[in-house]
This record gives sequence, C-alpha cells and structure tokens, in this order.
Amino acid sequence: MENQNKITFSRRSFIRTSALASGGILIGFNFFTSCKEAAVPPVDVSQLNFNDFNAFIKIADNGYVTIFSPNPEIGQGVKTSMPMIIAEELDVPWEHVSVEQGALDTNNFTRQVAGGSQSIRFGWDALRQTGATAKQMLVNAAAAKWGIEASSCSASNGVITSPTGETLGYGDVVNDAAQLEVPENVTLKATKDYKIIGKDAVNVDIDKIITGKPLFGLDYKAEGMTYVSVMRPPAFGQKISSFDDTNAKAINGVSDVVQFGDKIAVLASNTWAAMKGKKALDVQWTNDGTLESTADHDKKLNAILDGNQLDIRREDGNVKKAFAEADQVLERTYESPFLPHNCMEPMNFYANVTADKVHLVGPIQTPAGTARRIANLIDRDEKDIHLEMTRMGGGFGRRLYGDFALEAAEISNITKQAVKVVFSREDDMAAGIYRPAIKYRIAASLKDGKVTGYHLKEAAINNNMYGLIPHFFPAGAIDNYKVETGNYRSNITTGAWRAPYTNFLAYAEQSFFDELAELLEVDAVQLRLDLLKNVKDGQDPDIQYSAKRMTDTIKLAAEKSNWGKTREGVYQGFAAYYSHNTHVAEVVDITLKNGYPSVEKVTVAVDCGIVVNPTGAKNQVEGGVIDGIGHAMYGDFSFDKGKPQDVNFNTYRLIRMRETPTVHTYFVENDLSPTGLGEPGLPPAGGALANAIKAATGQLLLKQPFMSVLKKYETNLKV
Amino acid sequence: MASYNLKVNGKSVNVNVDDDTPLLWVLRDELNLVGTKFGCGIAQCGACTVHLDGVAVRSCSLPVSSLEGSNITTIEGLAKDELHPVQEAWKELDVPQCGYCQAGQMMTASSFLKDNPNPSSEDIRNAMNGNLCRCASYNRIEKAVALAAKKMS
Repeated sequence: MENQNKITFSRRSFIRTSALASGGILIGFNFFTSCKEAAVPPVDVSQLNFNDFNAFIKIADNGYVTIFSPNPEIGQGVKTSMPMIIAEELDVPWEHVSVEQGALDTNNFTRQVAGGSQSIRFGWDALRQTGATAKQMLVNAAAAKWGIEASSCSASNGVITSPTGETLGYGDVVNDAAQLEVPENVTLKATKDYKIIGKDAVNVDIDKIITGKPLFGLDYKAEGMTYVSVMRPPAFGQKISSFDDTNAKAINGVSDVVQFGDKIAVLASNTWAAMKGKKALDVQWTNDGTLESTADHDKKLNAILDGNQLDIRREDGNVKKAFAEADQVLERTYESPFLPHNCMEPMNFYANVTADKVHLVGPIQTPAGTARRIANLIDRDEKDIHLEMTRMGGGFGRRLYGDFALEAAEISNITKQAVKVVFSREDDMAAGIYRPAIKYRIAASLKDGKVTGYHLKEAAINNNMYGLIPHFFPAGAIDNYKVETGNYRSNITTGAWRAPYTNFLAYAEQSFFDELAELLEVDAVQLRLDLLKNVKDGQDPDIQYSAKRMTDTIKLAAEKSNWGKTREGVYQGFAAYYSHNTHVAEVVDITLKNGYPSVEKVTVAVDCGIVVNPTGAKNQVEGGVIDGIGHAMYGDFSFDKGKPQDVNFNTYRLIRMRETPTVHTYFVENDLSPTGLGEPGLPPAGGALANAIKAATGQLLLKQPFMSVLKKYETNLKV
Repeated sequence: MASYNLKVNGKSVNVNVDDDTPLLWVLRDELNLVGTKFGCGIAQCGACTVHLDGVAVRSCSLPVSSLEGSNITTIEGLAKDELHPVQEAWKELDVPQCGYCQAGQMMTASSFLKDNPNPSSEDIRNAMNGNLCRCASYNRIEKAVALAAKKMS
C-alpha cells in the first residue's frame, strides 16, 4: 500500500467525450493519469470500458447526471462523497445526480482500490477538474447558440444564464456540447461558493440498505449457480493426508466433492447443504511445516527486541550519546496479539469459468490485482476476465486479499460450474489474513527536564512498518531519534488491518508519552505541544505530518473536551496521531463503576482538510474511534500449534453497544485539500483509552487487549 | 426433504427443504429474500434477525421444522405502505456505514419499540446489545432508535 508514501500527481488530457446514441453526452475521465491516445468513450453506456477511463459521467438530455464509478465501496462513503465533488463543480442539484457502480475489466487501472484512506485524496483534483470541464462545455454550447461570448454567461444548478437573463437548461444544450472540443483550462470554484461540498448528503445506497435489497456479494445469484463450502487445513502448517467424502455426498443437495490443492470444495444446491456437507467430511491432516503457537511468537519477538539484528529505518543525531548522558531513562515494551478482521459479511465470491470468458462477482477491495492473479492461476488471458464488484459488508483490509476469489475461480475452472464460495464465520476467522502480532520497545532519555533521545524498536511477524511511518511524530521533534525494525517469518498469513501498524504503534507511543509527561511533571497535552514546537514544517521531505496542523488539532480537542477541567469522578486520557495524511487528536473520558472502567465519551478533533460530506465524515470517525477502543479492550486472538483459538463470536469478543462511548467529532476548519477518514480515527483511540484508565486506576496497560489486565476489575462489577 | 408451509411477509409460501434447514437459508436461498443477513450462524451477532409472530428472533438458529404455520416478517416486509418509523429514522440519521448488519439492527429495534414505546437510553443500549456492528455505527443506531420511538408516539 502506497498510502504512507509521497505522491506525485501528474495530469494532462485526462478527459474525453462522446455523443451518446440515445442523446446526451458521455464523459470519460481518469483520476491522475492521462488518457491513452486512442481512448474514446463509447456511444452506448452499456459498453463502458474501465480500461480506458477510471469513471464516466453521463449527462442525459433532460439534464440529469449519472456517474458510473467503479471505485469500491466498503462502507467508507466514497460512493457518495466522490460524486459530490463532481456535482459541485458541474453545478447541478444533488437530487439530479445518481450513482451507479460500474463493472470492471482492468489492466491499467492503478487506483481502483479502496485502502489506505486514499480515494478522496487522489480523486480531489481530477474530480473537480472533470466537473468544471463538463460545465464549461455546456456553457460554451449555450453561448454558441446565443451567439455570444461564453465568458459572459454563467451556470448554476443545471441552468445556464446569458447576460440578458435568457436561460437554457443543461439538457437543452447537452447534445451540442457533445460535439465541442474539450476545453483545456477551466476555472474551479472557490471554497466559499460550495453548495454541495460541506453539506450533509445521506449515503446514496440508503434506500436499498434500509429495505433489504440485494447489494452485497453474498446476495448475488446467477441462474444455475452452485453453492460451495470449502474445507481448509484447520491449522497453519498442515495439509491433507487423506479424506473420505462418503458421508458428505450422502447429504441431500450435495452434488460434488472436489479436492483442489490442500482444500476440499463441497458443492451443493444451497448454502446449508454445502455447509453440512463440509462438516460431514472425514479428513486426515498431516503436518507440513511448523505448527506455531502464540507462546513461540512471544519468545521470537522478544529475542528480536533483545538482539542486534534490526534494520535502522531512521536515525537522527546520536541516540547512544543521548542515553549515556541522560539523567533518567524510561523504557517500556508494548505487546499486541494477532487480530482477525471479522467483516460482518463473511468472505464470498462468485465465479463462472467458461470457454469464452471468466465471470467473477463479489466484494473485493483490489479488483485489478485479483483479476490478474486469477488469470495467472487458471492460465487465461486477462482480457477474458470480467470482474464485477458488489457493495462490501465491511473490509478493514481483509478484502484487499483475493484468496476467496481465487478459490472460487479455481473451483469453477475444475468443475466447469458456476459457483459461489461462501465462508462460514468459522472459515472466515480461521482462514484469516491477520493483523500480525507486534511488539514495540520504546526508550527515551531525559535530561534537564527535556526529552533528549527516543529509540523505538519494532518486532513484528512477517513484515514491518512501511513507507513513511518511521518518520511520523516524534521524528523531527527530538534531536536524537532512532527507529529500528525486525521481523520473524511465520507460516500464519498476515496482512493489512485497518490502519496497518499505526493501529497499534499509536497506542504504544501515545501511552509512552503519557508516562514521559508524568516523569517530566508536565501536562500530557502540553508535552506534545512543546515537542511540536521543535518541528520545522516542510524542512524534511520524509516528515509529512505538519506541526502546525497537529498543534491546532490538539488544541481543538483539548478545548472541546474541557481537558483538565472535568467534573469529579471523570478521568481523561489524551492521544494525538497523524496517519494516512490526516491529523487526529482524541480525549477519552471514563468513569469507574465499582472500580471498573466505563468508557463514557470520546472527544475527537480532526484535520482532514475540506470536509466533503460532514455526515459521512463523522460516521467514519465515530466508527474508527469505537473500533479502536473495542479492539484495544477486547481483541484477542491466539494460536495453539498453528490453530486459531477462537473461530466465532461466542468466544471472540467484539465491542457491543453497551460498551460504546459517545463520540463527539470536531473538524479543524480550513481550505486545504481533503484527505481520507476510513482509518485515521482509529490509531489514537487505544492510547487515549489506556491513558484514561491509568489516570483513573493507576494501572499501566502495556498489553492489548486491555481486558487481559482489567479482568480483575470486571470481577468487582459482577457482584 | 419435506414440505413446509410458512407465512412470510403476509404471504403463504411452501418450501421443500431438509427439516434442519435454518430459517435464514430458507429465506435467502429458497425464497430469494436476501435482506436477512448471514453473520455468524450461532445467534451471536444478530445480522439474521427477523420477527417470528412479532418477536425478534435469530433466523440462523431456527430450524424450519419448528416454524410450520408461523408468521415471519423480514426486512423486506417491515415497510407496509410507507417506510416503518425505524427505517425513516435510519435514513434521516444516515446510520449505515457498510450497511450489512443494519437489517438485523432495524428488526431488533422495531420489535423492541413495539413493547417499549418510550425507552430510556439505557433500555435502548440493553435492547440493541445483541446486534454487532463491525463498522461500529452504534452511536447512530442508538440515536435512530430514540428518534423512531419519537416518530411512533
């Protein structure tokens, strides 16, 4: 994922138009690459080619606008917010805009992925330019009709007005506009003139969601489709030795049992029969590698932290000297477990592999890469692959990985049937691509009341922090600074989980700063503000957080939360974090009920630049914060001899409504380009919560989930 | 395989399925009512909540053989001529994120409000505690239940 990296944005001739056979204009555009020389939008909207254009806008001859966007929707709201940006510059009433999810065939589409909170950030310029260009073409067409200068006309709410007060609707001139050249230079609106951006727009799929219409991958059906349940090795490091499918095949509705690799597919006429058939399989498993346990991982990760085989990721000044000369040193080790994603919609995918094409339908965050992998897997030309994306019942990173789509394609390829692979919850949790267990050891040197050195070590499973994360705060704020990483290769599959690495790093670091503030006898918020004064914005190209923006964000959170001035019995914890290009500060308020911490309120300040859709933006922040608190409190996932110890919600605990605080979100107001919100609300939440619990109980929390430590308080609660 | 007569959203239907088939899969696979969602299969998450004779139940854990003659309402049947106040409230407050669990949330809420037309905040939090929302839209769910109660009074 490139989201923590620098981005260069190039743009030239990224818009092309065609006159639709049915009337109206079709505009094809690309987000941040230019169009191919020969690319022309089709004259029929059923022929949209997302290889040539990232998205299309149709303006019909009644002036109504349809946006065809293939950008995946996983609940982060881009299906609503991205069209809002186009509609704003095109200047049409939001009610005249509808959005359709486009199917996808792709070799070249580089940014058709939902991940890293980057959709809005990438799309901002291109979406505005596209809307403004389309509007200019309509104005030019109207001006030509009137025989006057286009510059003397204005357009608003889908209506073009001449200097003498004559008017033409967009629909009246759209067919003429379709014949015109695409103008090169167009003027974008000033933020003060926005009518759609910055106003609440309800999720465009709301009516379908509240009435239970088919929307999600699991809801997709095709004529003659067979349901498939897949048996996978129960432990990482195992493979099939032998199996007997007699009992499975005896189940009503089960039509076939097929081994593929180290998995067995049970095909049936309905989901229940497929699941029952799978349970009825008698499989002997044999070891094919090490069977790892959480206790082994603990030892391996500790050995990495204790050893000297780490890679230096950033080093400023002389950390060794700073520690040697310190008055005092604080060192802490923070631990976190593996975490499954647990999307509410279990993994699933439809595949129909036939001689002339490969039809795939389902919820996937990375359609292009998945299509490519499937082409390789079943030895087909990429142009045969037709992949349609559905709405996703959550992603959180899990649907970046197309393993379930590959399974469906492989089974369909073997059986020559149209199949729908459906994971049970147990399959979903046990065949995960988990957030890896990670440990951080952080040390700071203090001298004369100042933090003089900072040394962070990361020991993680399979991979390490990526991109610019080593250059996040407090890089730039402390003269002697070092980040080192090391990893242990495991056969347990791991991957991105909402706010990768920072989801846990932020907690470790922000808990650590809380302790530093205590040692230095300064207010926790003031310590952050003091450190930020050392940072010179724009001096180090690797340091992308802004001290100014972070300072403003922190001050807003402190003000809105009444930091330090709460009523008796309320304990506060603070954390601030920059991730995914967005600055966030949070204050958690807790009370004690029979000595047990009850999370009451979280005050959040966010600087994500211009807020495109406030209701959607707040929804993301509220969800991210509660998700962060829930997983910090309860998320616990371990392995014993390669086998996950929890496979369903009866033992795996997710936060529920009774444990949920009220989240109050405030946005820093500015005119800066918008950045994403799917992830940034989450990282600070665990740290702010740990700091609040420490303030209330004195209990230091060095390990997630906090429940592993807080159980003793919960016992009090039950009496 | 056996034949079962059910009444779903006011209509009589007949299905031919194994007697242990959970109502959830009868609705989704046989009757094409896919608004009721599969989440866990063990009555822990609430995504599959429907009304059985007006009471919220977990359809993933109800075998069809126990339902002969029962009245079942799914999310598709919650709105009569117009949206149910719960659906209106969900829309007004823009509750869903991914939206997957929301049918179950609304079925729990509508059943709860029928018996508790004037709930306190604590009542709402207790009533909705059995429904997981992985996107954690809990704040808005809580507000929407309160708003729906107001609309119904």
